[in-house]
Amino acid sequence: MLTKRIIPCLDVKDGRVVKGINFLNLRDAGDPAETAAAYDDQGADEVVFLDITASADSRDTQLSWVRDVASTLFIPFTVGGGIKTTDDFKAILREGADKIAINSAALMNPDLISDAAMKFGSQCVVVAMDAKRIEGTDRWTVYKNGGRVDMNMDAVEWAIKAEKLGAGEILLTSMDADGTKAGYDLELTKAISSAVDIPVIASGGAGKLEDFYTAVEAGASAVLAASLFHYKELTIREVKEYMKERGISVRL
Amino acid sequence: MIAIVDYDAGNVKSVEKAIEKIGAEHILTSDPEQIKNADAVILPGVGNFGDCMDKLISRGLDKAIKDFAASGRPFLGICVGLQLLFDESEESPGVPGLGILKGKIKRFPGGDDLKVPQIGWNDIFSCRGKLFEGIEDNTFFYFVHSYYLEASDRSIVSSNASYGVTFDSSVESGNVFATQFHPEKSSDAGLKVLTNFLKFAGEV
Repeated sequence: MLTKRIIPCLDVKDGRVVKGINFLNLRDAGDPAETAAAYDDQGADEVVFLDITASADSRDTQLSWVRDVASTLFIPFTVGGGIKTTDDFKAILREGADKIAINSAALMNPDLISDAAMKFGSQCVVVAMDAKRIEGTDRWTVYKNGGRVDMNMDAVEWAIKAEKLGAGEILLTSMDADGTKAGYDLELTKAISSAVDIPVIASGGAGKLEDFYTAVEAGASAVLAASLFHYKELTIREVKEYMKERGISVRL
Repeated sequence: MIAIVDYDAGNVKSVEKAIEKIGAEHILTSDPEQIKNADAVILPGVGNFGDCMDKLISRGLDKAIKDFAASGRPFLGICVGLQLLFDESEESPGVPGLGILKGKIKRFPGGDDLKVPQIGWNDIFSCRGKLFEGIEDNTFFYFVHSYYLEASDRSIVSSNASYGVTFDSSVESGNVFATQFHPEKSSDAGLKVLTNFLKFAGEV
C-alpha cells in the first residue's frame, strides 16, 4: 500500500543549512549532504531543500551542494529557490536532484510549468504555493516573493491551473498557519487536495503529533515540517509510529 | 564495465551515483558501440514512453539495447526503462516499444483516494529471484509512475505491488531484469537490489 510521506525541509543559504541544527554526532551539522543523510537514517521519505541565498551569482554554489547531496542521499530530494528557467531545471536535475520546486517563477510565468513538464516530465515539477485566507471567508489567495506580494489569485484556481499545465505535485504552505505550531490549515489542505488529482504536500503549522495525522485525514499525500524536526521536538519516527497506530500507512 | 544508457531521460545521474556508492566501474554513454561492448547495461528513465522511444531511436540505441539483451549479458531496466522493454503503452498509443518482453503498459485507474501518478513508497510482495535475495516481502520501494505493467508471461514476474490494482513491480527473464520502482531512490533496500544485480553481473 502506498504510504503517506513525512518530509523534512531544510533551508540552505550560501551552501550551508541554516536554522537550528540540533543533530548529534554530525561531523558538520551545517552541511546539506550530511544533514539530509541523518534524516534518511531517521526514516524521512524525502527531503526538500529551499535555497534562500539572496545573491544572484550563487548558482555554482547551489550546483555544488546539490551534487554532494546526490552522492550521499539515496532517497528522493527536491530543490527550490531561485529557479526561473528550464535551463535552471536542467542544471539542477543533472546534478542529481529528483524534483524542482517553483513558486514565484511559476506565478510570473505559468508556461515554465508546462515547458519543464514537457522537457523533464511532470514528476519533477513541484509547484509550491503560499496561500493566505481572505479574512472572514473560506477562500485563499496566493502570494509571491516569499509571501510578500498578494497576487489576488484564488488558491484553488491556481492549483487547478498548475495541474493542467503539468505540475506533478503541489507543495502547499499556509501563511496563516506557518510558524504558529497550531497545526496545518486543514480547510485549505482539504480545499486544494480535493480540487486536484495530483498529490498535495501540506506545509506550515506542525506543532504536535496529531497535526500530521489530521493533515493526512484532510487529504494531504505528504506532510512537511522544518523547525519541529530541526529542534528535535519530534522525530520522524515518532510521527510515523503515531500515524501507524491510527491506521495510516507509513514506511517504518 | 557497466554501461548506463544516457539518452537525456532524467534520473540517469541518480543511478550513476548509486552505482558509484556501491563501487562498481561504470560509464554513462549514449554510444551504441559502447553499449554493445559492455559487460552489463542499465537503462534508467523517467518520462513519457513515446518520447523515450524517440530518444532511443534517434541515437540508434534501440537496436543496440535489443542486441545486448539477446546476447545473454546482464541487463537492468528501471521505471520507464522497464516499460520500454514491452510491446506498447497506453501512454503513447501506436508507438511500438522495444518488444524484448511481452506485455502491456496500462494507465492506473485512479479514483477515490488514489492520486495519479503514484508518487511515494509502496511495499512489494511475492518477491522472488536474484534481485530480491536478502529482501523480504512487504519491503518499501520508491515509485513514481502513472502507468503500470501487466506482463503476458506471468512466469517472468518477480514481484507485485498494489495501487488500486495489483500490478507487476519487477520482472526477471533470464539475463533481463527490470523494476518499476526506483532502486536508486529507495534507500538501503534499493541499494541492496542494485548490489544484487551487480553481483549477478560479476561487477562487485
